[in-house]
Amino acid sequence: MTESHPSPSPLSKKVEIPESIREVEPVRSIRSPVKLVYDFVPSPPVQEYLRSYSKKRILGHRSPIDGAVFVPPRGVDPRHGVLIDEVVELPDRGHVGNFCVTHLPIPGRDDLDTPYVSAWIHLDGANVGFLGLVAGCDNDEVHIGMRVQAVWKKEEELGNTAENILFWKPTGEPSIPPDEAGNRAWDHDK
Amino acid sequence: MSETEEPLRAELTVEYPFTRTTGDVIGAFMTGLREKRIFGIKRQDGGVLVPPLEYDPVSSEPLTEMLEVSQSGVVDTWTWVDPPRPQSPWNVPHALALIRLDGADTSMLHAVLVDSPSDMSTGMRVTAIWEEERVGHIADLTGFVKEVEESDS
Repeated sequence: MTESHPSPSPLSKKVEIPESIREVEPVRSIRSPVKLVYDFVPSPPVQEYLRSYSKKRILGHRSPIDGAVFVPPRGVDPRHGVLIDEVVELPDRGHVGNFCVTHLPIPGRDDLDTPYVSAWIHLDGANVGFLGLVAGCDNDEVHIGMRVQAVWKKEEELGNTAENILFWKPTGEPSIPPDEAGNRAWDHDK
Repeated sequence: MSETEEPLRAELTVEYPFTRTTGDVIGAFMTGLREKRIFGIKRQDGGVLVPPLEYDPVSSEPLTEMLEVSQSGVVDTWTWVDPPRPQSPWNVPHALALIRLDGADTSMLHAVLVDSPSDMSTGMRVTAIWEEERVGHIADLTGFVKEVEESDS
């Protein structure tokens, strides 16, 4: 209700609403959705990365500067601006670097029950995390440093997509100490 | 990537379902559209802005005096839209025009339905047509069509 807000005078003055619409319910808001549909063609390293998913393989790129491993492979080390062409295969195991419990549904994702847990998954051997869902345990049990492994789709459903990994489930292994989990490990390397 | 393979591609969609509050001036304009009326707002020099703005675009003075303008006016300039866009009011090619309604000093962007570009010209007169069901949105105004010339007067 506009009336309940103090007027930011003197920038604003009372607007004279035309008499012909003074007695009808005023419009106070409008829907103005923004939508962009576009054709996405991944870069060559990401093409290779996505195709490898169909063989249940996860690829990364190793920096020629310091050996840091990036996943997904983007073809460059963004810290140094150098090209990368060394491909490394990564295991489908790692730990939770950070996570978030979300209580709001994603439009169009009716398969995803709320609340769900999304997390930065740090694969063993990778120096950065990538996003995934964590399930297979109570949401309350998810914690920074928790060891997880990929749960893949059935063989016949595999495609050239990261969606082949349905979610990440706890392995039951001892957790990584929180101050060494996720990107915090970068500090320890130096 | 092997050279025999077609590149992967995917159709992706980015979408934000915004609802925005209108404030008094745009709110009155939208309320007017729902009631099949078009409102503008008067500048200090007496000029009329349609659609209305909350502040004078030159002096930055707050504007408050809203008034109704005609539903007919003149095409100031136009372009042809073929094929029609998803948000077009019609499923056939049409014009988009800047339309200066009688009583207004500025022109408003909206769609004009004619058969072909040869039916469009700068200076032609057009008149508004409305949706049956109106909710208080610019799309309540379906668009404009050629004004039917009054029989000899």
